[in-house]
Amino acid sequence: MAGTLTFEPADRYNAFITTCNAAPYTDGRLAGTAVAVKDNISTCGIQTTCGSRILAGYVPPFDAHVVALLRSEGAAIVGKTNMDEFGMGTTTETSGYGPTLNPVDQTRVPGGSSGGSAAAVAAGLVPMALGTDTGGSIRCPAAFCGIVGLKPTYGRVSRYGLVAYANSLEQIGPMARSVEEVSLLMEVISGYDRRDSTMVDRPYAHTPSADIAGLRIGLPAEYFGEGVDPRVAETVRNAIGRLEDLGAETVPCTIPSMSYALAAYYVICTSEASSNLARFDGVRYGPAAPTQKQWHEAYQEVRGEHFGREVRRRIMLGTFALSAGYYGKYYGKAQIARRNVRQDFERVLGEVDIIAGPTMPTVAFRLGEKSDPLSMYLSDILTVPANLAGVPAISVPCGTVDGLPVGLQLIGRHFEDERVVDAAYAYEQGGRS
Amino acid sequence: MVSEIDIENIARLADIGLSREEVAGFTREFNAILEYFDVLDQVPGKETVAAELVNVWRDDEPGCCLSQEDVLANAGSTEDGFIKAPRVM
Repeated sequence: MAGTLTFEPADRYNAFITTCNAAPYTDGRLAGTAVAVKDNISTCGIQTTCGSRILAGYVPPFDAHVVALLRSEGAAIVGKTNMDEFGMGTTTETSGYGPTLNPVDQTRVPGGSSGGSAAAVAAGLVPMALGTDTGGSIRCPAAFCGIVGLKPTYGRVSRYGLVAYANSLEQIGPMARSVEEVSLLMEVISGYDRRDSTMVDRPYAHTPSADIAGLRIGLPAEYFGEGVDPRVAETVRNAIGRLEDLGAETVPCTIPSMSYALAAYYVICTSEASSNLARFDGVRYGPAAPTQKQWHEAYQEVRGEHFGREVRRRIMLGTFALSAGYYGKYYGKAQIARRNVRQDFERVLGEVDIIAGPTMPTVAFRLGEKSDPLSMYLSDILTVPANLAGVPAISVPCGTVDGLPVGLQLIGRHFEDERVVDAAYAYEQGGRS
Repeated sequence: MVSEIDIENIARLADIGLSREEVAGFTREFNAILEYFDVLDQVPGKETVAAELVNVWRDDEPGCCLSQEDVLANAGSTEDGFIKAPRVM
């Protein structure tokens, strides 16, 4: 039955940038369900800022395809969640609207860049939310906040209406407290959309099954080695042991291209950012550019004043990486590295059904702990390979270290999102028995 | 290694307003990141990936679009139904 949902959350975590206190909804599988949407996904009539001051006050005149699908199934869009500015960050501290706090421990970050979505779900403000994942931005905050987050196969969910940052890597995906809810949300948002030319018509219609007898799970040495907190590694190994108890078989494996995957990722994403973010100039939307000044002067003034430091750094890195004389050294090599990562995944996933490891090498950082950019980039080492390869990956809570959540990451073959969901569901159900 | 002059040039090319005070910090951070990117020199192979890729085109089909009112709604400066931009010359 159609109606209006009253939504006035006590948002102690700064999870939302915008809330809709009276959210309309219609009939459907999500009738009356409060769904929060990351603030880089366009919502008709609701401010969409991408966590950036340069888009303050921007109200999209159209819905992203996923938002239209949510509305058509009766979801009540109750607000837009906080995020690292344009998705650039691993902590939600680069937001132009202040950092989000982790509901598990408010002295810590929720992870990023979908930290607002994760915090809103973890705090119980909403049962489900949408995030986006360019290099781990759904899985990282899911792991740090102790919820479930799925990065679908590249091309499985339409990106129409997503404010682009790094098109060849990013995907919209579901976040919720249980695998079953993530699966339901995935089913709703995976409807085909011809407006996204990278989308493949492979609707996700799946009821999770906990039967994983005979499932072959690859354990890459790189996911348990240097840089991974031994207590996190042990927690994840125990979780994988539970999957073995449920009938899965584990196989050691290696992904040699991991040694340069992170550098390749940052070259590619900053290069794409330098192109995509050129449109933010204060002319068509955002704070007005001074029209009495010359073009470049006005443009630099608006962008210098309203883009945050991390965004400016990444745009400049991408501009540099694509410049004549450096293209071959950085972008050309990064594309070869990306192909190698994809081939490594195809080789390993030819021998096993799923790859398993920790989502993040550590538990949630303290606010302000990652003050230099390189150390923040290094924390993405376990999540970016799935984006480079375009394969589906899920993070499911699998225990705690010092009272802080640890995420088990399960990675599958292209378009086998159902299989990673089943493995996560089996773990979740096995943990409850 | 990039110098502070390089950083100022890159900022100009990217139309990023960088204050004098920010240049030294950006230069230091840039060099640390570029040093890390040097790991890409270990990537085997010299061939270009682009040769393996093909463009996927669709027909250019006219369809419905946003109204002029919707298009102008978010612009900071408008005049006579147009978006007003800074001077080019």
